[in-house]
This record gives sequence, C-alpha cells and structure tokens, in this order.
Amino acid sequence: MKDFLFVFRSEKRTGPMPSPEEMQASMQKWMDWLGNIAAQNHLTSAGNALLPHGKVLQASGMVTDGPYTEIKETIGGYSIVKAESLDEAVSLANGCPIFAVGGNVEVREIVGM
Amino acid sequence: MSNTSVIPHLFRTEYSKMCAVLYRSFGIEHFEIVEDLVSDAFLKASEVWKTKGVPENPVGWLYTVARNNARDHFRKSNLFKSTISDDLKRNTFEGEDFELDLSEKNIHDSQLAMIFVACHPCNTPETQIALALNLLCGFGANEIASAFLTNREVIYKRLQRGKTNLKNAQIEIKQPTLSEIEDRLPAVFLTLYLLYNEGYYSAAQDKSLRKDLCIEAMRLCLLLVENDLTNTSQTNALLSLMCFQSSRFDARVNENGEVILYGDQDDSLWDKELIGRGVYYLKQASGGPDFSKYYLEAAIACWHTIKEDSDQKWENILTLYNKLLIVEYSPMAALNRTYALAKARGNNIAITEAEKLNLKDHHLYHMLLGKLYEDSNQDIALKHYHQALELTKSSADQKQILKNIQRLKEV
Repeated sequence: MKDFLFVFRSEKRTGPMPSPEEMQASMQKWMDWLGNIAAQNHLTSAGNALLPHGKVLQASGMVTDGPYTEIKETIGGYSIVKAESLDEAVSLANGCPIFAVGGNVEVREIVGM
Repeated sequence: MSNTSVIPHLFRTEYSKMCAVLYRSFGIEHFEIVEDLVSDAFLKASEVWKTKGVPENPVGWLYTVARNNARDHFRKSNLFKSTISDDLKRNTFEGEDFELDLSEKNIHDSQLAMIFVACHPCNTPETQIALALNLLCGFGANEIASAFLTNREVIYKRLQRGKTNLKNAQIEIKQPTLSEIEDRLPAVFLTLYLLYNEGYYSAAQDKSLRKDLCIEAMRLCLLLVENDLTNTSQTNALLSLMCFQSSRFDARVNENGEVILYGDQDDSLWDKELIGRGVYYLKQASGGPDFSKYYLEAAIACWHTIKEDSDQKWENILTLYNKLLIVEYSPMAALNRTYALAKARGNNIAITEAEKLNLKDHHLYHMLLGKLYEDSNQDIALKHYHQALELTKSSADQKQILKNIQRLKEV
C-alpha cells in the first residue's frame, strides 16, 4: 500500500455565511465520507481543514495576501489515504462532498522512504 | 460467610495482594519463592482453622503467617546475604530485623508496580494477559487455559516463558516513574482492555469464570484510577467502557447460555448502578483529548444504554464510529459503523458502503449484509446468511443465523 495525498480545492465562498444547520450538514457529509474510507481501512490520516486566508512570503521578503488572490480556487484542506495504485486512490475520492460545491480533489502519490 | 467458602474467598481477594507486596520485596528473580510462601500461608490456614475455627481477623492472620514465612525463609537461606540483601535494604527491610509493610498503601503501590511488570513490553500482548491474570489476579494455569479455550500446557509454557523474559530483562519492581508511566500506560491499557474482552466476548462456556475476568480487569483499572499518577482521562475512559459493557452482562445471555442480541435484551436486567458509574467515569474522562479509542468506545457504549431508537442516538453513534475508525481501524468497528450508517442514513446507503468493505471472509460481514437486505431483497439476504453459516465456528452465532434464515423463509 502506498500513501496518497488528497488536496481539496473549491472556489472561495462569496455568498453569505452558511447557517449553523448548513455547517452541521456539511460537517456530517465530510465525516461520513471519511468514515467510509476509514471503514475500508484505506485512511492514513484524516488530515486537516485550512482557513481560506493566508499570506505568501516571497524570496525578496515581500509578503502578499495569498494564496494567489487573483485565482478563485483555494485549498480547503487535505487528507491522506492508502491504496495499491493511483487508480484505486482516485476511486476512493468518489463521493467527496467537495464535488457538491463545485470543487475537486487532486490525488498525488506521496514519495515513500 | 460459611466456613466452607472462607478460604477460596480469601484466596481470591488476598492472594494477589500478598504476592504483590512480596514480589516487590524479593525482586523479579524470586517469583516462585513468593508464590510458595503465600500458598503455604493458605495451606497453614486451612490446617489450623480446621480445628481451631476461623480467627476474628482472618486477613491479619494470613498476613502474619506470610510475614513469618518470609522471615523464616530469609533466616534459613543464605540467599538473603548474597543476592538480594542490597535490594531488600533499599526496599523494606533493615538487615535481620525486617518488617513486611502490609499497609493498605503499600499493597496498593505494590499492585500498581506489578501491573507495570506484568504489562512489560518484553512480552507479547497475549503473554502479558496471561501474566496479569497469574501475577495480579492469582489465576492458575488451569483457569487461564479454560478462559482462553486452550490447554493447560500451552498456558503453563506461556507463563514460564513470560517470567523468564521478565527475569532476563532484569526489571525492578518499583513505583514506576512519571516518564515510565507515560511510555507504558498504553500497553497497560491494551492488556486490561484485552483481558476484559476475553471475559466479555469469549466463547468459553463457564459464565462465572468469564465474569471473573471482567471483574479482575475492572479491579485493576480501578486501581489505576485511584492512583494520582495513573489517573488519566484515558484510564477513566477505559473504566467507563468496562462499566457500560458490564451493565449488560446478565442481560446478554439467557438461562440456556445462548447469546441475546442487543435489540432483544430485556433492559430491566441492565445494571443501573454500573451505568451510573460508567457515566461518572466518562465525565471524568472528558477533560482530556476526547479522540482516544477508549473514550470513543465508551461514548458509543453510553449511547447504547438508551434502548429507544432515535435519530439523535444513531447520528451520534455513527459520528463516534467515524472518529473511532479514523483513530484506529478494526474490522469490528467497520462492521458496527456500517450498521450505524444503516440506522442513520438508511439501508441502501449502508449496503453500498458495506459492499466496499474487504471483509468477505468474516461471518459477521455476511450477517450484517443479510440483515441489511432483509427488507429489500430476501434472496440476497438468504445467500448472505448461508455464507455466514459456512464461515462461523461459534455455535451461538450458528443458532442466531439459523433463526434468521427460518424467519425469512416464513415471510
């Protein structure tokens, strides 16, 4: 089994704040989806969610609001799964709640030791 | 208590305490001497009490005899002068004029020290469990063998090997330091958890023996809770889990020894006091990191003490199983989680996920799918029940599966 990184990307939210009920529903969908993968013994780490705002430090020492304010997509978080192949890892990404909000999952193999 | 049961009772409650104190004084190399000295005190009791009657304070009597036995042993043996005198001076005795400290506190500390010896990582988990039962609970090879459904010889060898490993590792029996506790507590938890499960889930027929294993696991866990050094949130979580499980001990088996499934249990037989203790320890545990495996399992067990189904109940159980699987995968957790998924999200969603589980060799997997298909497709349900029947060796499960098949055929 090899480890693969799932990078969750979606467009930055522009509308109003979701209601507590919507937040709860979204959280449950993510928990269920990760639970599905964990139940198949394919989860290495649930990973973490990232706040949308950050800063980018350039070699010149320049600090900009980032990441990449001009691009609409942002990384919302990451998880690590284990699978025999890239194809199997991709199939595990099926059903990810990020798709419901127009986002995507980038799947990358992690270089082992 | 009648005179006929006084010695077995005292043996159960006092033998391991007396041994713990003596092991600590004598050191790891002298397991056998200690066992002989303490057994001898009981033998003497049975002889003397036979004619003179049981004394006012039988425990004090036994302790005095054990103390004298130990003293005599030292006087006679040059062992004292050569090998262990330095150790002993440091611990309990001063030269010839020794006193064996049998105070409540020293018994407590000695038992705690022995828990860490029995659960030492130089032994495999299965050996650790056998050692814990032998060294801490006073179980003989015969009893351990019937609890583990194996023969005496296997357990005897396992115990011998375990003790030899402990001697070779030259482990000191002493109050563990804070960093030792931190390092080794997970192994101690695992041993107590497995010891408890051995009693709770074992296929062994002897119900009172299985109950004893559970009680011993709880007693040792309580010992950890009562000591400030080991009273962590995980210790409380583990004890809470044991309390919740034990509350259903009598409700889950009928008078013929057949397993009664959770849904069919008479909840008036659930032990309310143990449930109350479980809630108490769960609250004590909730200060710490609530993602520990034992905390999550205890929280799941807590929801199961509410018999009525509700959306809230299954939603919470599903979330807890999701977290549990993220912390640590196990086939049982995966199957139970899928059952909770069915309860919270419906059978169809659960069937889709169940069929992705790679557990097709497991009879419980087919029992679960049989159950999930019962409403929508009885042919597939029957197929799974028959597969489950082929895979299981447990007669209790076979009976349950046949019952399900019968019920489906009658529909």
